[in-house]
Amino acid sequence: MKRIEQVFFNLVKTNKTAFIPFITAGDPTIDTTRKLVFAFEEAGADIIELGIPFSDPLADGHTIQQASERALKNGVSLRNVIELVSDIREKSSVPIVLMGYYNPIFKYGVSNFVRDSIKAGVDGIIVPDLPPEEAMPIYDETKNSSLAVIFLAAPTSTDDRIKLIGRMTKGFIYYVSLTGVTGARGMLPRTIKRNVSRIKSLTSKPVSVGFGISTPQQAKEVASYADGVIVGSAIVKLIEQNLNKPDPLDKVTAYVKQMVNATKEEN
Amino acid sequence: MKLPDKNGRFGKFGGRFVPETVIPALLELEKAYLSAKKDKKFQKELNYYLCEYAGRPSPLYFAQRLTKTIGGAKIYLKREDLLHTGAHKINNTLGQVMLARKMGKKRIIAETGAGQHGVATATVASMFGLECEVFMGTDDIHRQSLNVFKMKLLGTKVTPVTSGSKTLKDATNQAIRDWVTNVGTTHYVIGSVVGPHPYPMMVRDFQTVIGKETRKQILRIEKKLPNYIVACVGGGSNSIGIFYPFIPDQKVSLIGVEAAGFGIKTGKHAVTLGKGTIGALHGSMSYLLQDNNGQIKIAHSISAGLDYPGVGPEHSFLKKTGRAEYYSITDKEALEGFKLLCRTEGIIPALESAHAIAYVKKLAPKLKKNEIIIICLSGRGDKDANTVAEALGVKL
Repeated sequence: MKRIEQVFFNLVKTNKTAFIPFITAGDPTIDTTRKLVFAFEEAGADIIELGIPFSDPLADGHTIQQASERALKNGVSLRNVIELVSDIREKSSVPIVLMGYYNPIFKYGVSNFVRDSIKAGVDGIIVPDLPPEEAMPIYDETKNSSLAVIFLAAPTSTDDRIKLIGRMTKGFIYYVSLTGVTGARGMLPRTIKRNVSRIKSLTSKPVSVGFGISTPQQAKEVASYADGVIVGSAIVKLIEQNLNKPDPLDKVTAYVKQMVNATKEEN
Repeated sequence: MKLPDKNGRFGKFGGRFVPETVIPALLELEKAYLSAKKDKKFQKELNYYLCEYAGRPSPLYFAQRLTKTIGGAKIYLKREDLLHTGAHKINNTLGQVMLARKMGKKRIIAETGAGQHGVATATVASMFGLECEVFMGTDDIHRQSLNVFKMKLLGTKVTPVTSGSKTLKDATNQAIRDWVTNVGTTHYVIGSVVGPHPYPMMVRDFQTVIGKETRKQILRIEKKLPNYIVACVGGGSNSIGIFYPFIPDQKVSLIGVEAAGFGIKTGKHAVTLGKGTIGALHGSMSYLLQDNNGQIKIAHSISAGLDYPGVGPEHSFLKKTGRAEYYSITDKEALEGFKLLCRTEGIIPALESAHAIAYVKKLAPKLKKNEIIIICLSGRGDKDANTVAEALGVKL
């Protein structure tokens, strides 16, 4: 069984929810990202998402835009991100999913990207600006391979589209909790629970929820009905705030640990 | 076959490279647009506003002194600069805002570079009593302060965009982010033939009024079709608008003029079709200015309306098939074109349109006296007075 599937298979048996932290690769350096991946694994993260920096991140709010800019300033490219995964794989088998916009992947060459990602040990890829209709090249390229293309569903997705997304996605469905861009929100929309159960009635794939989640209370709430909880901006913000402090990793890791616990609490 | 196809593709260009959140809205928009296109009442109403409010048809004017000064082919100007708000942009904003009303959307947003599209959107939103917000890069706000003030007078909120290039590219990112957030209540009026399907098709159709009129006018005046049509290309809406009805007329050469900024060799330019490579930006597959890692480069042009690292997918298709040709003009040459039209015809052109004039200055002398060139004079230059004064070293 592939690593992402294994995660959800194991969690279902114990009735637990996956915690999936996101950080932008190379923010502020590739070395920091490598250390954070190991620390997050240690803290109990089930899957780790690494953002591929892009100049025009139109689905991202201010926090992740800034992270992308910091990484790009250091010259971090898609190639560097793939190499980083390859490097991590020498020590760790934590499932790693890349998340990035289509243009850098297109420019790299879809088939080169798939080949190199598999070779490096990448488990999945999420492309926020690639809806199912435009995804055939990467979908075909990853057929019968170990690389999962993970599709996103949104509050605006119709039942027919959710069925299409459910058929095409591998590993899990990424449910975008709100109509909007990434970024921590004080209040999450009340529609999440209803939409997650709608998705579950229409597909058989695990559903992970992301966008807006930042507090342990929110994580616990979402974990009570979803298969996975994804948190990005809140972690990235902590990285930003601790850039120049001694031991910046400790604060970030402590937060991830707290979120893991909230997600895994018995409901 | 009529393009785009049902997936919004012009050959390999176009498509819908946007987050899932807005895909249902794009499908709804496409449906509403196709129904409005066939709806006689909608078309009649649009035509009413185009004529009585915007001032259509715009004249096709024989530029006698310009022709004589340059020497060679006869030069006509399609006077989009005479429309209400001073540019062709209003053709599209009228159509889209009317469509937004039909779809029951209460709020309008737009991106703007030079501010012409922002002003045109603010104008139509005010006329129909809709809430309007325009996103504009802080660099553009600085160089187009007059248009910023106009938008505010018209009751529009102008939101400065400080990220990335601080120009049209990042204003577009921010407008898309707003649309993803408020998609239920808001229509996003894209100002050019860019963005995800159906925008490139829809904006083209709304701008095609330029070419349809031009065709009738030149046949009436000259009893024949022109040899050349020349228009500037940023995103490419005025050029597609005038080109489109002439595409089947193989003998009519279609020429798009991009902005070469400080010169192609300096790397500071906006020559997307001439020097770009294929990629996906702002929802469609097209030529782009990008680096080897697929990061989008910052374009440069003295003209804010051409200062964009992407281009409409249909232009990429016309370039690839060879039906249209694309050349470029530097900031310096555009300024010469600007002055030339001021001094010969008493017309102050937009810096965007000045690129087309500057190209014709090179083209016309190579042609015979009985040949005809039509320039799409897409906008007027009042908005550029500060920029031109600064470039010429004049203090206002």
